[in-house]
Order: sequence, then structure tokens, then C-alpha cells
Amino acid sequence: MQEELFAPGHRGCAGCGAAIAARLILKGSGKDVIVVSPTGCLEVISSPYPESAWEVPWIHSLFENAAAVASGVEVALKSLGRKDEAKIIVIGGDGATIDIGIGPLSGMLERGHDVTYVCYDNEAYMNTGIQRSSSTPYGASTTTSPAGKVSLGENRPKKNLPAIAAAHGIPYVGTASIAYPKDVIRKVKKAISIEGPKYLQIHAPCCTGWGFDGSKTIEIGRLAVETALFPIYEITDGKVTSVKKIKRKPVEDYLKVQRRFRHLLKSDRGEEAIKNIQDIADANAEKFGLDL
Amino acid sequence: MEIMEGSRAVAEAVKACRPNVIAAYPITPQTHIVEEISRMVADGELVSEYVRVESEHSAMSVCVGASATGARTYTATTSQGMALMHEVLFNAAGLRLPIVMTAANRSLSAPINIWNDHQDMISERDSGWIQLYSEDAQEASDMIIQAYKIAEDHDILLPVMIGMDGFILTHVHEPVELCSQEKVDDFLPLYDPIQYLTTENPLSFGTIVYPNTYTEFRYMIHEAMKKAERKIVDVASEFQDKFGRYYGGLIDTYEADDADLLILAMGSVIGTAKDAVDELRSEGKKVGIVKVRCYRPFPAEAIVESTKDAKAIAVLDKNISLGYEGALYTDVKSALYGKNGPLAMGFVLGLGGRDINKKTIKNIVAKADKAIKSGIFEAETEFVDLDLEVL
Repeated sequence: MQEELFAPGHRGCAGCGAAIAARLILKGSGKDVIVVSPTGCLEVISSPYPESAWEVPWIHSLFENAAAVASGVEVALKSLGRKDEAKIIVIGGDGATIDIGIGPLSGMLERGHDVTYVCYDNEAYMNTGIQRSSSTPYGASTTTSPAGKVSLGENRPKKNLPAIAAAHGIPYVGTASIAYPKDVIRKVKKAISIEGPKYLQIHAPCCTGWGFDGSKTIEIGRLAVETALFPIYEITDGKVTSVKKIKRKPVEDYLKVQRRFRHLLKSDRGEEAIKNIQDIADANAEKFGLDL
Repeated sequence: MEIMEGSRAVAEAVKACRPNVIAAYPITPQTHIVEEISRMVADGELVSEYVRVESEHSAMSVCVGASATGARTYTATTSQGMALMHEVLFNAAGLRLPIVMTAANRSLSAPINIWNDHQDMISERDSGWIQLYSEDAQEASDMIIQAYKIAEDHDILLPVMIGMDGFILTHVHEPVELCSQEKVDDFLPLYDPIQYLTTENPLSFGTIVYPNTYTEFRYMIHEAMKKAERKIVDVASEFQDKFGRYYGGLIDTYEADDADLLILAMGSVIGTAKDAVDELRSEGKKVGIVKVRCYRPFPAEAIVESTKDAKAIAVLDKNISLGYEGALYTDVKSALYGKNGPLAMGFVLGLGGRDINKKTIKNIVAKADKAIKSGIFEAETEFVDLDLEVL
């Protein structure tokens, strides 16, 4: 556990949630792993030629094709008689996973490849400068869904990719947050121990994109879970088999400490939006039975 | 020798190369190739991982992942499928992955059209893939075996696409001689990658490169392309020694030695042109052919050398760089620049499956004759058999 397979010296911001996610994922997987990454913040910060933060074999091809590349790695190992050599893990952001790469991901899940796909969810296109993705939450101001005189920011809720992944009938789907490192490590270990396609979505706050101090990454991550805006659960063979119970906090506690939601606190319409966000949290709590 | 469909001839050659991984998505007129390979896998004749992907983009991406892991890979596509692969093609070449692909050459939409021309491969000209074009089913089949040998050479390590004209070659039944497994095993050693994804030596592939080194990476790909010119010629000779068949190196010539007029073209139209040339020769016309087998790397030197004694050349393009001219014509003129070479004329023809017959070729020859006599070629690029009624 002491071994760092995601090496220090990468170019991530201080307090980068994605880098913490990568470090925890590799602590869960150990060194016998091949990692595939799509284009994104993690790829850029970890691989400035001729340096690399990856102490495990790693490949980046393009933005939307990581799941297909991983499929290729998997069948190659099989064909070459090297299947026992390594587990295969994709580590990609929400833009690469939930938006542009959803087709290849669906193909990989449907074909049953023995790959663990991990999405680090920082809820926008951070690498290109904080543009809205389909994983951006309702009410968040981004550079392409900015709050303005007639806008309260993003007007749609997060796309529910764990549910879409589960609908493929895959053996294991899980969510986690970097705020709970042991849970991330445990879920990665569990995922790679299961044969077939697995999907994990790890909430990874982005200090730069969300607008908070880099020392608060874990705190913010915890608030997302404690407000029920990012529910933590596992789906095994199509059934919810575990949830992280919480002593629930109001969503304002989470919203008020981030620049991306700050505009909501300044107007009557913003107040309406906060109510809507509370409704989303309430629905999550009810759906998964989150309340202690 | 056996009569078989061109697609089957290609599939048989693929089988003989024992690819580890095949990934394909169906698109007309490539389908018979991937169906035949599927059957081989289903019958246990070919032991390969066959990935039935959800798009051509993923077909090429699976090949990228598999090839980077050290596997020999194959795919086939055409037209829109190749266009969808576009960025992955550049990526595969940049990662120096020796993937081999058949392109059942077809036009691009719009308007949608499923028939043959070369726009699909021409539009991927700058991708870093070696581009070969085949004249008949036998050549399309044999070039698969040669392609792996070229691609996997440690001095090259570049992907290769082999064009075979959609329907005209993919669906034609011709006498084909298949290569025996034993001879192919002897000719083509197992793929021996220099670097690949393995826990035994954890390397990073596809890292981000800054302005201070990007040019150097592109230069290295370009250098490998230039080295491929020699390799393609050498492998063609080695293949001849082993299997007794030869199609030329980067180019081939037909009745070219004393020709006043040379027709330059790629693909199956060469067969038609040969028949037309035979008839024209019997009428005393000094006409010959330069068959361009390799489009990238571009055989500029070979083209200059083979055309230097001709009075004129007629370049046939089954593609159009809209707003300019046929791509082969542009490249040929560029090769001839400053060489005091023959008068060059460009003809765009055979788009979207428009038939090219002996008469078409003879009409072009007649036009070229006129130009030779007057010294003037009126239209820079001529659209052959343009139907003014439709316009």
C-alpha cells in the first residue's frame, strides 16, 4: 500500500481531485495492471513527454475511444496467452466517458470485455477550461453554461451513467468519492476481481473548475456525499447491494462553498433553483435509502 | 488456381497471416471480406479474437489497443467508415502501429453512393498510412501478406492500407492462386514488437508532446515513410522469389518503353487500360501505362524516371480535390516540376461507380493525341463523360 504507482511530480493543480483518484485507483489495483486513458486533464498532467507519472503500462490514444482501445488490449492479451499478466483499467473523465465516449463505452460493456472502466467525475470539461458536460449538475455555472442576466447556469441535471451502465446487465457498477479513499480502494479491488465489464464512477472535485481552495478538495467531496447530491452505492448483478448511509446536510452547505453555484445565493430565482437542487438530493436519498 | 470472389481471396490471405485480433464493422462493399473471416473464425479455421465493434471508429481503436499490446491486427472498411476512422488513422500511424487494413474503395457522401472510386483513401492521404492500390483480386490478396512484412519491419513500423476497388474487385469472381500456409509462415515471421504494453516493462504510450519535440516526432514518421519506399520494392521481390508473382515495386509499367503517351492510374482501371492499350498498339499507336501501386510514400522518382521519354502523360483520377483537380494529377505534376518532363493532362473519371470501359480510355487517348499535336491541353482537369443533360 505504500508504493505509489501514480508518481508525484505530475502537473496537476495542488488539490487536484483527478490526481487523487488516479493514485487511489492504482493503490486498489496494484502494479499488475494496464491503464488506458482518454484525452483529458489526467492524460495531460501525467504524461508531459519525456516524463510520465505512470509506473504501470499506460496508453492514451484519443478522446472518445478509451473503451475500444481497452477492448483491444484485452483481446490481445487473450490471444497472446497473456491474460493473467494484467488487469485492464480505463481511467477517464466525465467528458470522455459520459459524453463523447459513451458509444465505445456501451460497446465495450455490451461485448463483455474483462475491463474495469473508471470515470473520474469532475462534472465539466476541465482540460479545455471548464465547459459544461452532460455530467455538469443543475445550477452550475461553467464557461459554456454561464450564469447570466437570464440564466442560472446549467439547466439540466447530471446524466445518470451508472444506471445506463447497469442497464447493460454488467456484473458490477459502483460509485465512490475521493473523499472516502478506503472505499475507492476497496471498490477498485472488488471490481477487478470480478470477470467481465465493470463501471465505477468516482466523484473527483476540481478546485480550479468549481472554484474552491485546493486545500478543501476532500471537504467538498464529502459535502457532495453528505448532501445526497452524489450518492454512493454499488449495483451487483443489477441490484443495489450497498449504499453509504449519511446524516444528511442541506444542499446549501455544499453550494455556498463553491464559486460555480455562488450566483444561486444572490437572487429569488436562485433560491428557486436551490429548491430544485434540494429536490434532486431528496430524490436521491429516497431512491437509495441514504438517510440514517 | 481456383475461381473465387475477390473478398474471399483477401480473407484467405488474412487467415494465412494468422492475425491475433480482427475488429470490424460492416459497410458495403467491404462486407464479404469480414463475413468470410467471421465464418473462418466460427468454423475454427482461423484462431483469432474477432471483435464485432459498434463503429469503424472503434474498429480502428480496438486495433490500436491490440497492436500496442503486441498483437497482429487486421480490419477492413471503406468510404464513410474510413472517414469515421479518420482521427484514429492518424493516431495509429503516430503511435507507429503496424496495423493492416483493406479498403474496399468507395465514394463519399453526399450524395450517398455505394459504388467505387478512390475518394475514401485519397482523403486519408496525409494520415501516415502506407497506401497501396491493387489491380485485381490476386494482387489485393497477395498484398495483405506483403503488407504485414512491410509494416512490421522495425525500420518502418507504420500501418498499411490496401485499396481494392469496391464491387469491381471485392465482388468479382476471378481465378486466384492462394498462398499455402507453410510458405506464408516461412515468408512472414511472427510480429516482434520493439515496445508494447506489458507489466514487465511499464512504458507510457501516447503521451503529450510540446512544441519543442512535436516536429521531431512527425519527422521520424516521415523518415520511416521514405524508408518504406525501399522496403516495398524489396518485399515485392522477396514475394516473387517465394510465390512467383510480381506486380512491380512502387510502380509497374506496361508497354511503356517507347510510348509517346503514358496513362498513369491506380487500381482496377489498369486492367481495362491494358486491354485498350493492346488494341491501340495493334493500330500502331505508341501508348503505354504507368501503374501507380503505392500512393504514399509517393514514388516521385520512379514516376519521373518512367515518364521521361514520353511526349505526354494522361493521369486518371478516381477522386477529386474539390476546387482544384485530381489528387494523383497534382502529385505527378509536383514530381515532374523542373524536370523538363512530358506534357501532363488530368482526367477525373469513374466517380461513384461510373463505368470506365475501353472506349473511355480510347477517348482519353484521342484527346491526349490532339494535345500532343497542338501542344495545348485546354482543360486543366477534364471530367470524363460528364453528362450535361443532368446538370
